[in-house]
Amino acid sequence: MIPFKFSIAKNQSEALGLIHQHQHAAFLAGGTNILDLMKEHVAQPTEIIDLGRLPLSTIKSTNTGISLGALAKNTETANHPLIRKDYPVLSKAILAGASAQIRNMASNGGNLMQRTRCSYFYDINMPCNKRVPGSGCAAMKGFNRMHAIFGWSDQCVAVYPSDMAIALSALNANVKVMQQNGSERSIPFTDFHVLPKDHPEKDNSLNHGELITSIELPKNNFASHSSYIKVRDRNSYAFALVSVAAGFELEGNTIKTAHIAMGGVAHKPWRALKAEAFLKDKAATFANFIKAADLEMSSAKPLSHNKFKIEMGKQTLIHAFEVALKG
Amino acid sequence: MKQNKSPLSPEEEKLFGDLMPEELNEVLSSGLQRRHFLKLMGLASAGLLVSHMVGAEQLFARSVEFDEIPDLIPTAIENGINVSFKVNSGTKKVLIDSRMTLLDTLRERIGLTGSKKGCDHGQCGACTVIVDGNRVLSCLTLAASCEGKSIITIEGLAKDNELNPMQQAFLKHDGFQCGFCTPGQICSAVALMKEAKEGQASFVTQNIRDQAGAVMLSDEEIAERMSGNICRCGAYPNIVAAIKEAQTGKNIEQNWLFAG
Ligand SMILES: Cc1cc2nc3c(=O)[nH]c(=O)nc-3n(C[C@H](O)[C@H](O)[C@H](O)COP(=O)(O)OP(=O)(O)OC[C@H]3O[C@@H](n4cnc5c(N)ncnc54)[C@H](O)[C@@H]3O)c2cc1C
Ligand code: SF4
Ligand code: FES
Ligand code: FES
Repeated sequence: MIPFKFSIAKNQSEALGLIHQHQHAAFLAGGTNILDLMKEHVAQPTEIIDLGRLPLSTIKSTNTGISLGALAKNTETANHPLIRKDYPVLSKAILAGASAQIRNMASNGGNLMQRTRCSYFYDINMPCNKRVPGSGCAAMKGFNRMHAIFGWSDQCVAVYPSDMAIALSALNANVKVMQQNGSERSIPFTDFHVLPKDHPEKDNSLNHGELITSIELPKNNFASHSSYIKVRDRNSYAFALVSVAAGFELEGNTIKTAHIAMGGVAHKPWRALKAEAFLKDKAATFANFIKAADLEMSSAKPLSHNKFKIEMGKQTLIHAFEVALKG
Repeated sequence: MKQNKSPLSPEEEKLFGDLMPEELNEVLSSGLQRRHFLKLMGLASAGLLVSHMVGAEQLFARSVEFDEIPDLIPTAIENGINVSFKVNSGTKKVLIDSRMTLLDTLRERIGLTGSKKGCDHGQCGACTVIVDGNRVLSCLTLAASCEGKSIITIEGLAKDNELNPMQQAFLKHDGFQCGFCTPGQICSAVALMKEAKEGQASFVTQNIRDQAGAVMLSDEEIAERMSGNICRCGAYPNIVAAIKEAQTGKNIEQNWLFAG
């Protein structure tokens, strides 16, 4: 780790003031990602601003749904009675990630901001466009078993690792952020994370120095018909090879609307729009589930080592649909 | 480590008399020292301690005392920070480098070496401690962010001469082999008892929406909830048995036997 100055922000405006004073400053929430990256010299902030004392850790009902404080812990969020009851897909997704210890530390805002686990990104001796723009992408022709099958570019094939965010995508959440002048803006979840294109150094649409204050969840009608399925190399404490968050709004056996997002397949939570469109107003049958999954996976573009993710993605979608239907 | 001069209990004295007779007089006259513990640990792995369970438990529950670390002036290092927090039963005030993790601070500045550094990257759980009631990884926690917090480490679980029930269960069920992961496993398991009591869910909880209160942990639930603590020796079945016994308070059959 390189030396850094440590300060504790007492409130939002102090945090924003501090981050704008220093070019290489970074926020610290749970620290589970940024400290790891600092130890590897992947992140090298010279000023750390601890957000731990900001009053942004409440989870509360609003007129339109629920508001999750950016500093509320993942554990608390997953176990909040209102989340377990009305947003079980979010509880499940959070609980599928990391370990109890890490979820006790991880904040909701930090979870959205966590960086890719691409092993070349972590190894500062390797070329990586995300870490050093223009240096090349070692994964493209290296080991890319864990990497993307949708939406990658010739600049970067990394996947975004969060489980929580996959559920937030299916739930059409909004991310509320505060700018330096104190004004707030709200970013629809589908626009929060971005595809790599020509700028893989950018993971999301947050500008430097903006502070996430909360994540807003709209009401939904699929709490009783939702699922989060995660496939990984071991049963627990491992990142997803493929994961699926699914929710059906049902009328009898007809799917009024489907809400489907995939993890482990792209640089951002992959909203399965083709499958959603196919399932709309269709009968919730196994045959239709297979067709929807096939359709979604038909546009996948595998790399040299991850062709298996296409069949795995298809089967995980089908399984997630079945579990969601059963409720 | 300072020598621990408090007198031996009758059970402890019998244990030393039987297992380490040549050292007994030394222990009685000049107190317990680190090498006495080390020798005893060697005997423990040979299984010889079992007939002296009571004495051994009392002995391991003794609080370990360390020499005071001299005060340094804040300007002694770049980005020095004075931080104070509660560790086990006492408050500690230490000068640290802003880069120091809680794990390094506990081990190198406070002398509590029970918490272990396995990976230093959040991947093994050996450094697990309990901060303000919750289990966390001390290797991914900056000590500077702990101002005013309350930290419990493996050294703080026993009360006087009495081990924490989870420590007793780990001993009884042989929930370790080399012991490196054990402080983390036990701190994690102690916090897990609180989580289960509060009715927290896990990824394998059958119906997340059903919030029925306290959870009785099945083997599957224990495996999932303890997945953040890796054991290279693979003592998992015994760890699960220990946690079950500690939670139910019921005697669980030991699933190991001594040869012979
Ligand atoms: C061994 C291991 C296994 C893991 N497994 C999984 C897994 O299976 N699934 C999964 O989803 N995750 C997993 N994780 C990742 C974990 O979920 C993230 O590290 C965690 O959510 C990050 O949250 P944090 O509060 O600790 O963030 P920090 O590390 O504190 O911060 C991360 C980034 O977010 C920025 N930031 C934090 N808060 C804000 C804010 N309010 N506004 C703006 N910027 C902010 C920081 O500046 C930093 O750049 C794993 C992590 C580890 C170490
Ligand atoms: S895939 Fe992206 S993160 Fe990985 S090496 Fe290539 S550019 Fe870097
Ligand atoms: S040393 Fe902290 S998790 Fe391995
Ligand atoms: S007892 Fe050796 S690592 Fe667990």
